[in-house]
Amino acid sequence: MGKTVAEKIFDAHLVEEPYEGVHVLSLDRVFCHEITTPIAINDLVARGKDRVFDPARIKAVIDHVTPAKDSKTAIQGKILREWSRRHGIEFFDIGRNGVCHALFPERGFVRPGFTVIMGDSHTCTHGAFGAFAAGVGTTDLEVGILKGVCAFKRPRTIKVEITGRLKPGVFAKDVILSIIHRLGVNGATDRIIEFAGPVVEDFSMESRMTLCNMAVEAGATSGICYPDMVTVEYLWPFIEDEYPNKEAALEDFGRWRPDEDAEYEEVIVHDVSDLEPLVTYGYKPDLVKPVREMEGTRVDQVYIGSCTNGRIEDLRIAAQILKGKKIADHVRGIVSPASPGAYAQAFKEGLLEIFMEAGFCVTNPTCGACLGMSNGVLAPGEVCASTTNRNFNGRMGKGGMVHLMSPATAAATAIAGYITNSPLFREG
Amino acid sequence: MAYGFGGKVLFLDRSDINTDEIIPARYLTEISKEALAPYLLEDLKLEGFDPKRDLEGVKVIVTRENFGCGSSREHAVWALEVNGITTVIAAGFARIFRQNMFNCGLLAITLAPELIDDLFREFSAGEALATIDLAKSEVTIRGGEKEKTVPFELGPFERTLVEAGGWVEYADAHY
Repeated sequence: MGKTVAEKIFDAHLVEEPYEGVHVLSLDRVFCHEITTPIAINDLVARGKDRVFDPARIKAVIDHVTPAKDSKTAIQGKILREWSRRHGIEFFDIGRNGVCHALFPERGFVRPGFTVIMGDSHTCTHGAFGAFAAGVGTTDLEVGILKGVCAFKRPRTIKVEITGRLKPGVFAKDVILSIIHRLGVNGATDRIIEFAGPVVEDFSMESRMTLCNMAVEAGATSGICYPDMVTVEYLWPFIEDEYPNKEAALEDFGRWRPDEDAEYEEVIVHDVSDLEPLVTYGYKPDLVKPVREMEGTRVDQVYIGSCTNGRIEDLRIAAQILKGKKIADHVRGIVSPASPGAYAQAFKEGLLEIFMEAGFCVTNPTCGACLGMSNGVLAPGEVCASTTNRNFNGRMGKGGMVHLMSPATAAATAIAGYITNSPLFREG
Repeated sequence: MAYGFGGKVLFLDRSDINTDEIIPARYLTEISKEALAPYLLEDLKLEGFDPKRDLEGVKVIVTRENFGCGSSREHAVWALEVNGITTVIAAGFARIFRQNMFNCGLLAITLAPELIDDLFREFSAGEALATIDLAKSEVTIRGGEKEKTVPFELGPFERTLVEAGGWVEYADAHY
C-alpha cells in the first residue's frame, strides 16, 4: 500500500510508537518566539532541566511584540534572549527579526521531509516546503526543546486537488478561504491536508505558504504541498553546496511526494475556475462570502501583513493597486512587511514609498496587530479589513470586527474606504 | 502529580469557542500561569454569560463542538487550570487545545453530539455536579432529581499523561 507525504515523514522520524496510533517523532526543527517560549524556559529551569536537545536545530525570534511595548514584553524578550545565548541558539533580535513563519523560510531553515514544531498554531505554514510542521502548546514545545521529540496521532490525510484556472485578481488567499468555507472550521481536525493539483503547482512558494498557513483554520494539524522545482529554486541559495545541481536536489526531494497508490481519507477536487475574491464576515474563518456581497461595508482600518500575507509577493500586489492613489480619509492604513527580507526588497523596489504616499503607516516586521497585541489594536466597534488569518471575536482588540481578505482586496478597500473588489479582478 | 476530576458544572451552549475567547492575547504578556486567573473567558461571545458570576466554583465545563480552536497558546488551558477547572466535556475539541489539556494532566472528554444535547437538555437549567470515574471511564452528572452516567473513551497515551500529571516528566524519563 502506498503512502501519503505525512506517512513517509512519520516513518522516517519514528522514535517509538508507545501505544497504537501514537507516534513519537524526532524533530528537525523547534522554532521559538517570545510569547509561548519564556514560560517553557522558566518551567524547564524550575524543574532543573535547563537543557536543549540540539542548539543547531532550535531557532528563536521575537516577533509578536517588537520592539517591546512595556516591561512585561521586555521581560519576555529578555528571557528568550538570555536562554538563546546560554545555549548557543541562533536568535533573531530587533533589526534582524520578522514574523516567524516569514522569517524562518526566508533563512532557509525548512526542508522537504522535515519535522517542525513551534508554539504557534500557524506553524503549518512551513508545510509549503513539503515538511510536516505543526503548532503545539508550551508543554509540547518544552519537551521538543528538551528531548527533540513530539507525539502525534497517526496521520490521516485529506487530499485537496485544486484544479481549474484562477481568474485575474483571485489569489491564494481567496483559494484557502474557499477551502475553509467548504471544509468548515473543524472539517479537518486531526487531519493533514495535502494541497495538490495544477493550481498549486503554478503557485510561488509565497502563495503555497499562504495556503498552508490557514490549514489550521479548518482544524488541520498541518497542510502540505509537494516539493518540486519551485521549492528547489526557493531553497537553492541554502542547499547549493549539498547538491551538484538543481535536478539532483529535485530528485532527492522527490522522496517526499506521495505514492501513486497512497490512501486518503478523502480526496476533494476543488475547482477554482469560477472563484471570485472572497472576504469573511462574522467571527469564524469559514464564514466567507464573495467580496461583491459585502461591497460597501465601511472600514476604519486596513491591515496588510502577518504570516499569511505580509510577504514580498503580497506587498507587490497591494502596491500595484495603491500606486498613485490615496487611501480614504477615514481609513487608517497599516502595512507590516513580515520579514527583514520582504522589508528590504520592498524598500529597494520603491513599494514602501508607494504605501507611504498612499497614506499607509509602514511598521517594522511584527505579528502585532493580527492578534491585537500591538501596532494596530482596534477600538470597540471598529472594523478592520485585514490580510491576516483570524477573525475571532476580539481578535484585533476587544469589540473590534475583522474581515479577512487578500492583499489586493485590502488595498482596494483602503482606497475606497469600504470593502470592494480590486481592479485586478476581472470576470470571465 | 495527577489531578482529581469532577465537581460543579458550567454549561457553555456554543460551538467553536476559540482560544482568543478563553484567554485574550492582551494577557499573553504574563509569564506565570497564576496571573491569568482573573481573565478566563473574558471575551466569550455568549448571551447572558458573565465570567465573574458564572465561573464561581466551577470544576467542569460542558460545551459543544470544536472547543479551543485557534491559537496554540497553552495559556488557554492554564487559565482553566488556575481557576480549578480540570475537566472539559465537549462534542469535539481542536487538536492542539486537546493535546495541551492532556499534556498538563487535565481531562478532555469527547462525547457524541447527541449525548451532549441530552446533558444540556437535562441539566443546564439548574445546578449540576459531575463525578468522574477514571478507572471505569464514566462520567456521572447529577442535577435536581436527575442523574445520568455515560461512558467515555480515553486512549492509553492520554490516560498515561493524566495519571502522570503531564508530559514533561514522562518524556524526560522515556526519551
